[in-house]
Amino acid sequence: MADISIKGLHKTYPGSTELATNNVSLEVAEGEFMVLLGPSGCGKTTLLRMVAGLDFPDEGSISIGGRDVTYLPPQDRNLSMVFQSYAVFPHRKVRTNIGFGLVMKKVPRDELEKKVAWAADLLQLTPYLDRYPAQLSGGQRQRVAVARAIVMDADVLLMDEPLSNLDALLRLDFRAELKKIVQQLGSTTLYVTHDQVEAMSLSDRVAVMKKGQIAQLGHPITVYEEPADRFVGGFIGSPPMNFLEGRVTQQGALEVAGQSTDAPEFLARSAARSGGLPVMVGIRAENIYIEQRGAPGTLDATVDVVEPLGHATLLTVDLGGQVIKVQVASTVRVSPAEKVGLRFDQAAIRFFDTETQLGLTA
Amino acid sequence: MAAPDAPAAARPRPRPAAPRGRPPRKSSTSAAMLLIAPSIVFMTLLFGWPMVSGVLQAFGGPEGLTTANFSRMAQDPYFWSSVGNTLLLIVVMIPIQFVLALAMALLIRAKPRGSSVYFYIWAIPLAVSDLAAGLVWLTVFTDRGYLNSVLASVGMEPVSWLAYDNYASMFMAVLIAEVWRATSLVFVIVVAGLQSIPKDYEEAASVFGAGFWDRLFHVTLPLLRPSLQTALILRTILAFQTFAVALALTGQNFPLVVGETYRWYTGLQDANVASALALVVMAVSMVTAIGYLKLLRDQSEAPR
Amino acid sequence: MSHATTNKTTSPESRPQPEVDRRPLARQRRNRILLQVGCVLITLFMALPIYLIALSATSSRAALQEFPLSFIPNNFSLETMETFLQSTGILGGLINSIQVGIFTLLLSLIIGVPAGYAVARFAFPGRDPYQLFLLFTRALPIVVLSVPLAQLFLQTGLYDSILAVVLLHTALALPTTILITSSVFLGVPRDVEEAARIFGCSPVQAFLKVVMPMAIPGIAAASIFTFVMSWNEVLGASILTLNQRTLPAQVLSSLAESPLAYRFAGGFLLVVPALIFIFFMRRYLTNMWGSTIR
Repeated sequence: MADISIKGLHKTYPGSTELATNNVSLEVAEGEFMVLLGPSGCGKTTLLRMVAGLDFPDEGSISIGGRDVTYLPPQDRNLSMVFQSYAVFPHRKVRTNIGFGLVMKKVPRDELEKKVAWAADLLQLTPYLDRYPAQLSGGQRQRVAVARAIVMDADVLLMDEPLSNLDALLRLDFRAELKKIVQQLGSTTLYVTHDQVEAMSLSDRVAVMKKGQIAQLGHPITVYEEPADRFVGGFIGSPPMNFLEGRVTQQGALEVAGQSTDAPEFLARSAARSGGLPVMVGIRAENIYIEQRGAPGTLDATVDVVEPLGHATLLTVDLGGQVIKVQVASTVRVSPAEKVGLRFDQAAIRFFDTETQLGLTA
Repeated sequence: MAAPDAPAAARPRPRPAAPRGRPPRKSSTSAAMLLIAPSIVFMTLLFGWPMVSGVLQAFGGPEGLTTANFSRMAQDPYFWSSVGNTLLLIVVMIPIQFVLALAMALLIRAKPRGSSVYFYIWAIPLAVSDLAAGLVWLTVFTDRGYLNSVLASVGMEPVSWLAYDNYASMFMAVLIAEVWRATSLVFVIVVAGLQSIPKDYEEAASVFGAGFWDRLFHVTLPLLRPSLQTALILRTILAFQTFAVALALTGQNFPLVVGETYRWYTGLQDANVASALALVVMAVSMVTAIGYLKLLRDQSEAPR
Repeated sequence: MSHATTNKTTSPESRPQPEVDRRPLARQRRNRILLQVGCVLITLFMALPIYLIALSATSSRAALQEFPLSFIPNNFSLETMETFLQSTGILGGLINSIQVGIFTLLLSLIIGVPAGYAVARFAFPGRDPYQLFLLFTRALPIVVLSVPLAQLFLQTGLYDSILAVVLLHTALALPTTILITSSVFLGVPRDVEEAARIFGCSPVQAFLKVVMPMAIPGIAAASIFTFVMSWNEVLGASILTLNQRTLPAQVLSSLAESPLAYRFAGGFLLVVPALIFIFFMRRYLTNMWGSTIR
């Protein structure tokens, strides 16, 4: 096991003018589960491939356990990896698939067999050891891919969207199982996904990527509650964070949708100095409450669409011409076109700069 | 000719069985029959009929069925040397072609600068006949040809490469011309095979510590087996049919079996012996193909 | 007020980044050079003979008599080619070859395309044996057919005609044509055809208006291959004809008594179409051989 240290990685793929990664730096501590999260084309897979040695950066460096590996071919890095397509060798039985890396490392036979048996047991593959991948289901093939990766005792475990090819139910089960296994192993893990739920549930820390850069790095709850910019707030969470155009007046009032409430101290002060400050107000659907129209401290709004989800009800609400999502308990009864009052949980409101889109904090 | 159920093996992602057509419907069956009927009639007329009459001819003589044609064939001084030459050519040529074609395909896959130009040039011989290939290499190997010109310009004695008393160099000339002409076929099949293997397998192997040779022998070649198998059978059958290259290079000095058929038919005007020879070629081709299939099947109990 | 800091790069045990090791890069660069060297060597092997036959065919008779021969085209002359083209049977052979090629192509398309479509679209009983039959016929040596066919054609009066060669070449090309076109049709999504049917096309209309346009490039590629096969086939054409020879058959039959210059010119003329065909076919080659050869 080892830490990963990434410094100033630049990478442009041949034939493209866009930077796949743009000056990315990242430290992954020993034993940490780091998730790279982002939409497709954000550079997360490129970053993983450079750590794996499947691609090389144009600039910058990568070291694993204090050893520079920037331009080292993958076979010399002591890694293991789970591929999105599983890449389970079709011409080898499950047993020899799992043992592949150990054979390449020339591990003695009895040790190899012991490890394969251990991994197969851990992933419930023991009955299938003598089958070919074509005789397995997709979920089982996925287990083979994971078993093959964990027998390696590698410095770093890399996972490239390992759950994305599973159907929804299987994904949920296997996610928990994966978390348990990785915790048990305690290996340094770099995990790529575009699924924010996966990122939240698995990671010690998550790096949200956007256009080849890390937009925010932090504990998953922090990233969820305090998105560093509008992109992160919009990307993480389902439904994504609501954004409302607003303005802090010189007098310290926050105007949103033609109505005004008190602005937080730090914004009021800054607005007083600059003579008014346009802001982007971010609030998550679950931090908005429905009340009677006209209740003190509420904003007037009209319900547009009501979507019962079972565990909650999702409302699409028109707030002075801006459309936002509100999530309420399923016991709340509202109907379309109903006029309601919205109360924002003041502690959960986030503010963003209208130009830079970056979060504003005290 | 190859296993009709082989293709699924090299398809990108492991899939269940290859998607077959939908369950047959009555109307579609008769439509299908209507569509394939002309081809069946045509093939029966142009394959079935000649095959039967070919067998009758081979065993036919003035007084009914006989094996006299075969004994005449076997007594001909050229026959056994043509058999020997054909077999020697195949045994030496096939391994060279496969190693070369594999190397070429791997070079192309590494995407060197200008790879599309290389691919074009390397594929050209695919459309060159063995007669043309023989004539092309004649410019090199003939007595006052380019090879001897090179030798002369560095002060060495010219060599009669294609003289009948110089068997080794004659064989080399035919071998080189055939390697030049027919490696392209194997090359293109292998390139196609490589393209159908997802990159992930090799990447996975390299992440798990496999170097170039490990990847080649443990991942690429096994996954390429269906293509190699096809190429091997096809190439061997076609190799038995080679004749004009030797004719163009050496005249009658390096007889090959099919060339003998040509000689018996056009030169000696004996259709019966020519048919007997043709039957021998067919029998050997079939036996080889079946032998390969059996051999390759036995080693592959892996279902895919 | 401050912007939230991104890119926090604090780690519990940060240590100084080690020096970037550039030795693997040098190794990669060396491998790229070796790669190019390999490619250039193979290209020389593949292209040099073609250059040399082109050089020979465009040299004057006198230049071909010189020794050692020059590797540089310094006495370009059409003399050799002209003499060759004026030799008996050559121009006729050329015309015959082109005719045979075109008729073979048309006949094998007329018979082969419907069959290929049936194999691709219908699951009829006997489809697998049919495909197996096609593969088997393709493996039959030409020589096996040619000799008996010559006898049959002699009896039916077809011997020594263009049609005789066309029939033989079609028989040789048909299995490949059917297998290639079936794979081409497999590549045309069934949905598209069904959509056409739903919007009011008859089966034939759907085929002509929707399926064919999508299949044309693949079928064109198959046709070119058929033509090349026919152009190159020499044994059958030699056996089935006497006066109506195709170009390769004519060259083969006069090989023994012809001067070197004649042979070089003939070889060059036979090779030229290969250069053109493969140039246009190069993008289709791997598709065709990859998906249909098996």
